[in-house]
Amino acid sequence: MNYRILEKKVLIPGQTTLLVIDAPHVAKKAKPGNFVILRTSEKGERIPLTIADCDPDAGTVTIVFLVVGKSTAELNTFEEGQALHDFCGPLGRPTHIEKQGTVICVGGGTGVAAMHHIAKGHAAMGNHVVAIVGARNKDLLLFCNELGNFCPEVLIATDDGSQGHHGFVTEVLKQRLEEDKDVSEVVAIGPVPMMEAVSKVTKPFGVKTTVSLNAIMVDGIGMCGACRCTVGGETKFACVDGPEFDGHKVDFGELRLRLSQFRSQEQESMQLFQHKCHCGEGK
Amino acid sequence: MSATPEKKAPKKSTPRTNMPVQPPFARIQNYLEVALGYSEADAQAEASRCIQCKKPSCRQGCPVEIDIKGFIGQLQKGDVPGAYKVLRAYNSLPSVCGRVCPQETQCEGMCILGKNPEKTGGAVAIGRLERFVADTFAARLAGGDAACLQITGEAACRMTHDELKVACIGAGPSSLTVAGYLASLGIKVTVYEALHEVGGVLVYGIPEFRLPKEIVRREVDAMRELGVEFKTNWVGGKAITVQELFDDGCKAVFIGVGAGLPQFMHVPGENNIGVFSANEYLTRVNLGRAYDFPNYDTPIFKADEVCVIGGGNVAMDAARTALRLGAKKVSIVYRRTKAEMPARLEELEHAIEEGVNLELLCAPLALNADENRRLASMTVQNMKLGEPDASGRRRPEPIEGDTREIPCQLAIIAVGTKPNPILLEATRGLALNKRGYIEANPETGETSIHNVFAGGDIVTGAATVISAMGAGRRAAKEIAKRLLGAEA
Repeated sequence: MNYRILEKKVLIPGQTTLLVIDAPHVAKKAKPGNFVILRTSEKGERIPLTIADCDPDAGTVTIVFLVVGKSTAELNTFEEGQALHDFCGPLGRPTHIEKQGTVICVGGGTGVAAMHHIAKGHAAMGNHVVAIVGARNKDLLLFCNELGNFCPEVLIATDDGSQGHHGFVTEVLKQRLEEDKDVSEVVAIGPVPMMEAVSKVTKPFGVKTTVSLNAIMVDGIGMCGACRCTVGGETKFACVDGPEFDGHKVDFGELRLRLSQFRSQEQESMQLFQHKCHCGEGK
Repeated sequence: MSATPEKKAPKKSTPRTNMPVQPPFARIQNYLEVALGYSEADAQAEASRCIQCKKPSCRQGCPVEIDIKGFIGQLQKGDVPGAYKVLRAYNSLPSVCGRVCPQETQCEGMCILGKNPEKTGGAVAIGRLERFVADTFAARLAGGDAACLQITGEAACRMTHDELKVACIGAGPSSLTVAGYLASLGIKVTVYEALHEVGGVLVYGIPEFRLPKEIVRREVDAMRELGVEFKTNWVGGKAITVQELFDDGCKAVFIGVGAGLPQFMHVPGENNIGVFSANEYLTRVNLGRAYDFPNYDTPIFKADEVCVIGGGNVAMDAARTALRLGAKKVSIVYRRTKAEMPARLEELEHAIEEGVNLELLCAPLALNADENRRLASMTVQNMKLGEPDASGRRRPEPIEGDTREIPCQLAIIAVGTKPNPILLEATRGLALNKRGYIEANPETGETSIHNVFAGGDIVTGAATVISAMGAGRRAAKEIAKRLLGAEA
């Protein structure tokens, strides 16, 4: 229980938060593409979160999460100085990074955090990294400044047109691919529909496309197969074989369905938590 | 006066002393232990049945060769601490083994009284006595040198050899055995565990109603008191490698990471909603305490009709767990007959008493879903038994064209495991066998890398708790010999 929160930054109030965790042994080994599994408390469930950044010298790991249910809502109540009950990592295969030319990294929603770490890895390898970031409106955009530190191009798309391209990231991607025939890889991280749409866009261009799958996980070390998904007709475990796979081979429909497996219990748990929180406010 | 020389009076045929259990209707409503354990009087009665053979065969049936005659002899004298001391010299987790060992095929299977049960009343209940001794001894302990006593049976442990560091990767039965043994000799042991709780299959696999977590915690706490350090959330091969452990000053490394990777059947529909590996199902319930959702956060999938595929102990555990979670009908789907099931007889009997239904001589062909891709039924191929195969069991053969459908909304697959590749891939120079498990010297447990030892399921494939402990014990002895020389 010494995984202390050294820094908390609310990126989007009530929705997205960044935490810097004191976890030297994880920081020492973490590579882009790796994830962690954490538990907030003694009674908590194990939830996977992609590593957004790490500093091996400082011994810290940065995670970014979206409040979607009980565990992330509870995590959002943690303040600097408090400690997480469990923090396990690094897990999963790291991103395959080699010097290859131009790489386009597409991020949507909280996925931008994970995409940021991978983009940073590609940039450090000497690749020309183009970042494409999308959100509903400009207030929900994440990591644009940080990406600007090492990406020569940061392209933005907002659904309402409040910043950058008026529309989806896929439209920006398509245009960029049409203009530049030398793109060697596209990396997409975000909601399942977004990763699926990106894979559809890149297919006709024949560009290698890597997606990071956010399957339901329990142990995260290959013990249970909760995170299994179909890739190229074969069953793979996202936690040990992935989480990154060839976007052109992933059965996204199946992934979406499997993600909905516990929806009713998730809602029950969340309602109970909100009820408790509400009661607590009166004290 | 009769001239006949005095003969020992022949033992009367006293039947095995029954162990009280929770009645089936009550126990499927809770998660508490089913078998309640012997009282002092029960234990006395059962111990007195042992005839203290000159050449006891029971001992040969025990993978760690416990001096069974010795501990029961102490018990006959009413000396529980004495009995415990004998047990502990051979077994680091007697309260666990007394509960989960398949005694009928091990020690009790070799008991001479078992050869002619009508006359003798059956084999001595060695497992139940082992459990009684361990539980009673633990209950009587308090403070002071308790930990040392519990682990070594000695009142005080030897001085610590601070400079002698050993690391165990994985915290299941084999590693716990290594840690307990070496720590009792004063060697500094650090155990690295990937999950957030220590115990391996004892905490994520075997349910509370068979092995209460409290028992495991008690053993682990005793090891902590002895100076064993447990590092949870450390994944061997990811957070730490074997080489780094040596660089850090470890003199030996023991690998006991189990064979956790679940096997699937590769039949259509296996990824539909409602299909789980037994590992996932049991991990959610046991490690995540999903039986107490939403008090605990981990959810579990519930259904009225449940099929569990497989015939081993894992299948029994999953089926009995599903019943306790409120399923109306739970079926074990097995391709052979009851006689070939690898599960413990006692577990199978408990399951049947609790209302588990057996669908025998059939194998799944497809897991069928409704329009929302939620599991609705299973199509099975009916089988018949043919000639014995390499394992000596009669081979199941499909009856051409004979299939049927079993309705179910939850299917739990318990058809075995494969070696987990994470640590193996990260350890250069580690020789594996054809099946992908670690190759280790059967005498010493040493792998192809000098001073790296391995034992348990990662060497043998899925086996029993006690055989993992036997392997741990062999490796620990060898490590102690190398580190301490004559002192060990």
